Amino acid sequence: MFSNRYIFIYASVMVIVVAAILSSAATYLKPFQEKNVRTEKIMDILKSVNIEAEKAEADTLYNKYIVEELALNTDGEATSIYKDQNFEKGDIRPFEIKLKSEIKKKEFLDAGKEAEEPNFPLYICNKDGETYYIIPLRGKGLWGPIWGNIALKQDMKTVYGVTFGHKGETPGLGAEISTTDFQKQFVGKTIFDDNYKFTSVKVVKGGIGTMPANQQIHGVDAVSGGTITSDAVSDMIADCLINYEEYIKKQIK
Amino acid sequence: MSEEVKQREPLFSPKNKKLIFNPLSRENPITVQVLGICSALAVTAKLEPAFVMSLSVLVVLTAANVIISLLRNTIPTRIRIIVQLVIIASLVILVDQVLKAFAYDVSKQLSVFVGLIITNCIIMGRLEAFAMGNKPWPAFLDGIGNALGYGWILLTVAFFRELLGSGTIWNYPVMENLGLYEFGYKNNGFMILPPMALIVVGIIIWIQRSRDKELVEEN
Repeated sequence: MFSNRYIFIYASVMVIVVAAILSSAATYLKPFQEKNVRTEKIMDILKSVNIEAEKAEADTLYNKYIVEELALNTDGEATSIYKDQNFEKGDIRPFEIKLKSEIKKKEFLDAGKEAEEPNFPLYICNKDGETYYIIPLRGKGLWGPIWGNIALKQDMKTVYGVTFGHKGETPGLGAEISTTDFQKQFVGKTIFDDNYKFTSVKVVKGGIGTMPANQQIHGVDAVSGGTITSDAVSDMIADCLINYEEYIKKQIK
Repeated sequence: MSEEVKQREPLFSPKNKKLIFNPLSRENPITVQVLGICSALAVTAKLEPAFVMSLSVLVVLTAANVIISLLRNTIPTRIRIIVQLVIIASLVILVDQVLKAFAYDVSKQLSVFVGLIITNCIIMGRLEAFAMGNKPWPAFLDGIGNALGYGWILLTVAFFRELLGSGTIWNYPVMENLGLYEFGYKNNGFMILPPMALIVVGIIIWIQRSRDKELVEEN
């Protein structure tokens, strides 16, 4: 039989050895994992302007097509401009901004609590002589976070392309938001009306046939059986895009 | 299986060979012992994740078997389950981290299921039933055997689900290249859903039992 003393020592030594092994493995593997996450972000951004990038060429294509990165405050002023691998203004690279914490800052401010001024990233893409504006999105789905990118054409109101991703929406229902069939509905829709009043693009339960004809340009069909996720996509698009309203209005004038 | 393996027996003695080959058929963890069904349903929609899952289970099960077998005489009986769990959990975290670093796409597809290897009954079962009472070499073989027994079922299920559900084999568009779509052939979306994995596993069990009458219960 083993004494209690032996059991305690055995357990403690085991836990310490295991902790040491796991933490050193995590430290060693971290750079590789971060690179993967970064590459995925780049591929997602490029995908929203219909550039399918392979992993190996993601960096090259990003530098080729994304000509400028901006960080915008809620008044629509650029606090950071990153262009040709150089800072023209500010010192936070917009690509490195964590959208999640910026959204949280904004929620705090909206609720009347104290928080820093949020900065929202905007990527400007130049593809075949056309300029596209790519806005990253993030919101809450049914089971976990959902995210995406939305690319606007030069008029800054027509959608050129979108991508959506999710952590754990229901397969076959909410998870359908990450399929091309759902995403291609957004192409050609507009987020402003003719007078540049913000309308967003709504994901409509029952289909856009239920909307007035002149509103259908601001809506897409929801996923059947995925109402909560569809509503979440609607909210995410509206909540994220509204932060860029001021900037876009300034650009249009 | 629990009798002591005598010293100086050849590495691949008949008894040791049994350790590898029995779990492939007569003692198969999935079709006979019906363990590890959850993951068999969840990761078999495509061949690639099924393969990575099998490989992960192979690594975790074999390594855990060997480690437990090496430590078997030092492990206090009263906390043996905890020791087993700690070792399985650490190995699973290591595998998960390595996948995240070097096979990111697959690790995203497998998502929580890599973490859930911890709760895979096959692993706990082998540790408790075999590794705690046997030497490292037989434990190693037992680990490989059971992981292969688990793996080939997973891959067989995944093969049929991917072929009939998505029309591909390892992402290679077989059905498209055969030109079947032009004749009005359609992929069966039902195959992608978890219930079909259960039915495919059921068919495998059926075939196995009809060929090996000893597996059929009396009543």
